[in-house]
Amino acid sequence: MTGAEAANALFVATILTYAAAMFAYAVEYAFDKRAPKRAKALAAVGASGESDAAESESPGEAPISPAAARGAGRLGLILTFLGTAALAASIVTRVIYTGRWPWGNMFEYTVGVALAGMVTWLVLVSRGTVPRRLGLFAAFAVTMVLGTSVRVYTEAGPLVPALDSYWIIIHVTAAIAASGILLIGCVFAILHLIKRRYDRQVSDGKPIRFPLSIAERLPDATALERLTFKIHVFAFPLLTFGIFAGSVWAHFAWGRYWAWDPKEVWAFIAWVVYAAYLHARVSGRSAKVNAPWIAILGYAVMLFNLTAVNLIFSGLHSYAGV
Amino acid sequence: MTATLAPPPRKPKPAKRLRSFARRWWHQLTSMRTALLLLLALALAAIPGSTFPQRSISAVEVTDYFAEHPDLAPWLDRLWAFDVYTSPWFSAIYLLLMVSLVGCIIPRLGVHWKALRAKVPDAPKRMSILPYHREVAPGANQSLARAVLKQRRWRTTVREAEDGTVTIAAEKGQLRETGNLLFHTSIIFMLVGVAVGSLMSWYGNRILSEDKTYCNNLQQYDEYGLGAWVDETSLPQFCLTLDDFDAEFTNGGPTAYDADVSYETGGETGDYHLEVNYPLNIDGTNVFLIGHGYTAVVTYTDRYGQTQTLHQEFLAMDAALNSEGAFKFPDANYNPETGAVDDDAEVGFDAVLVPTYDDSTGMLIGSDPELNNPVLALTAYIGDLGLADGRPESVYSVNEAQIASGALQQDNDEVEVIGVGDTMRLTDGSSLTFDGVEQYAVLQVRHDPGGPIVLAGALLLLGGLLPALAVRRRRYWIRWNPDGTVETAGLNRNDYDGLDEECDALTAEIAPGFEPPQPEPDQGSKP
Ligand code: HEM
Repeated sequence: MTGAEAANALFVATILTYAAAMFAYAVEYAFDKRAPKRAKALAAVGASGESDAAESESPGEAPISPAAARGAGRLGLILTFLGTAALAASIVTRVIYTGRWPWGNMFEYTVGVALAGMVTWLVLVSRGTVPRRLGLFAAFAVTMVLGTSVRVYTEAGPLVPALDSYWIIIHVTAAIAASGILLIGCVFAILHLIKRRYDRQVSDGKPIRFPLSIAERLPDATALERLTFKIHVFAFPLLTFGIFAGSVWAHFAWGRYWAWDPKEVWAFIAWVVYAAYLHARVSGRSAKVNAPWIAILGYAVMLFNLTAVNLIFSGLHSYAGV
Repeated sequence: MTATLAPPPRKPKPAKRLRSFARRWWHQLTSMRTALLLLLALALAAIPGSTFPQRSISAVEVTDYFAEHPDLAPWLDRLWAFDVYTSPWFSAIYLLLMVSLVGCIIPRLGVHWKALRAKVPDAPKRMSILPYHREVAPGANQSLARAVLKQRRWRTTVREAEDGTVTIAAEKGQLRETGNLLFHTSIIFMLVGVAVGSLMSWYGNRILSEDKTYCNNLQQYDEYGLGAWVDETSLPQFCLTLDDFDAEFTNGGPTAYDADVSYETGGETGDYHLEVNYPLNIDGTNVFLIGHGYTAVVTYTDRYGQTQTLHQEFLAMDAALNSEGAFKFPDANYNPETGAVDDDAEVGFDAVLVPTYDDSTGMLIGSDPELNNPVLALTAYIGDLGLADGRPESVYSVNEAQIASGALQQDNDEVEVIGVGDTMRLTDGSSLTFDGVEQYAVLQVRHDPGGPIVLAGALLLLGGLLPALAVRRRRYWIRWNPDGTVETAGLNRNDYDGLDEECDALTAEIAPGFEPPQPEPDQGSKP
């Protein structure tokens, strides 16, 4: 097996592992009724009751016991770690095979974003910041990104001269890390909006139908919103730094630090939208309510910059083989 | 103005009205909401610059766009769609944003300056209304409290009331606002740098074949741009020679471009190995290698036996460097024996240069950029090239209008493909020999005094952004009441978790024996 084949085999293994992890998370998410019910039980008993008492509340209703569901969740987490390790190994194999930094084309960039997103997620879970069962949504988002990358697959090859610079490490790594972290931030912004909608339906006494019913086991809407904000606060300086490093590199490679190349235009737009998000978050109630939408708009711009600008517009950022 | 009997209604004087009107608008303009809207407007306004070709990036693409959309393009042009980033509407948005920024920074600077030196505000009388509040067993030591807070770098103010109450008020995290102001100021700084750049920078692009020399004046550039404040005669004096150029290819893709150049400035000479990403700096002017291509060398022998050799740069059409170009011989109409000039005997060729021709594919266009079997595919024209009218025209093709009008007649029915050393013969008895292929480099020479200002602004911006986002502002109070009880309290000045933990740790240090209460289980999910 050549290095390129090994890298591709590991890549396929990653996608399969993530798919299995998603299934495991979904089992936990659907059948571990403990979390919300316990809260109700506690409230009734007076904040000191036995937590497992509620588990037997609806026996026979679910085909999988809550304990088994939690086991599935643990399995999902293990699979997520394994899949991420395989993804990292796939990138390292590519590095060894090509003998260069692995951010040379759009495929490699997208894979990097997926890795950064999943690492962000695992850090959050390991620190206990987010509950494990939400891994369903993170794994889904990352698998979507990986799926997209397949569509722009490029054979591992050498770099075009302009990319042959240590600035590729600085600029592209920062951009990848920021995109990966913002991906998770966007997931939380969406979850917050779903939960908010769910809460409103509940307080209005309206029935909850399927897509919205998944929100039942999401954490508190306020907690989701604060987490969204924190992730963006962390990623914004990274994004800023990535854009600056890009313009320093542009000075050396293309002779000018800012040429309004389509990639630069859309990076600027994304940066401005995220700056607007941070402002909206701190400037009054009504702006704060709209802030999650601005964050999602920000990620939409990032995705547009990654896909449409690479594939449709012609500019200095279009390198050989996408 | 007529005198009236009734007492004049107390209308404010126009000047006063104007002032209050201006004040209202100023407040509106410098509000954060307006800044937000302007920011989003700027983002929106930047979009057309990526969808329409821009003159500042590629004038050729703009011309193509005009040719493709003859009806639409003039209208778009009237809306500055091809000069978005210098258009009045784009400038208006960012100037408004600048004014709004300045208007919000200056008052905040004053407020922050005062806050840095003011006393830390006292706690409210009923400290229990604050988000963090603890009753501490008596025994907290005042001097210990002061020492601990000082060691932890809290800014403190001690107050003693007449009834014997002592309060220490402590504050931390002012760096957040400092960073914030620095961040916003640095944006202005960067915009100033950009403005300096657009007024005082200049650049020129030059295609230079191997062994050729050019000197730094505008006439010798293929394309150039001067800032409004740049005097053409003040450009630095230097001359540059391309001694050697190499392009390396692996698997059909370029992997390295290397140019050996030598230069001469004010009597001094130097050599430099010029590569992409490694510009040459001559007294603050940078020379960049931004492209390359092939130069075809041909020898033309006219019908009287006169020969001339032409080195003609070709323009790459694709990644495999299949390139297009033209050879023009206006002198072919001159009879050296009689001195007669025949206007309809000029000769020109449209040509495609294929670096690696593979006739087994049945296609002219090759897929390998390396020079493994270069050929020229030629179409010859005889007649009037149309050069005499003085209008600028492409050096990469024969004037199409002359062909269309019949002033130029195509000489060969089928495109003729010749390799190096081969000769193509024309019906007028002249011939063209393909001597070989050289390389050329595309150099860009640029001087931008605004660059360092922008860079400094960018560093300041990052330096301000980190504390502006990461530092938390909070206050902490400890009060010794006359009845012997001790209370502590804490307040977040911006949204963050962990206030209770931090304050509990402080309280425990100040009051030995203090036990933080166990967190209540499952907060957050109260019914
Ligand atoms: C008139 C113009 C502006 C005003 C009035 C303004 C106002 C503010 C204020 C009050 C804050 C502090 C938020 C806090 O309490 O922490 C802030 C933070 C910030 N501003 Fe601006 N701003 C303006 C323009 C800009 C621009 C043009 C940008 C960037 C494109 C920007 C980016 C930021 C960022 C990234 C923060 C940090 C967010 C945070 O602290 O939560 N601002 N701005």
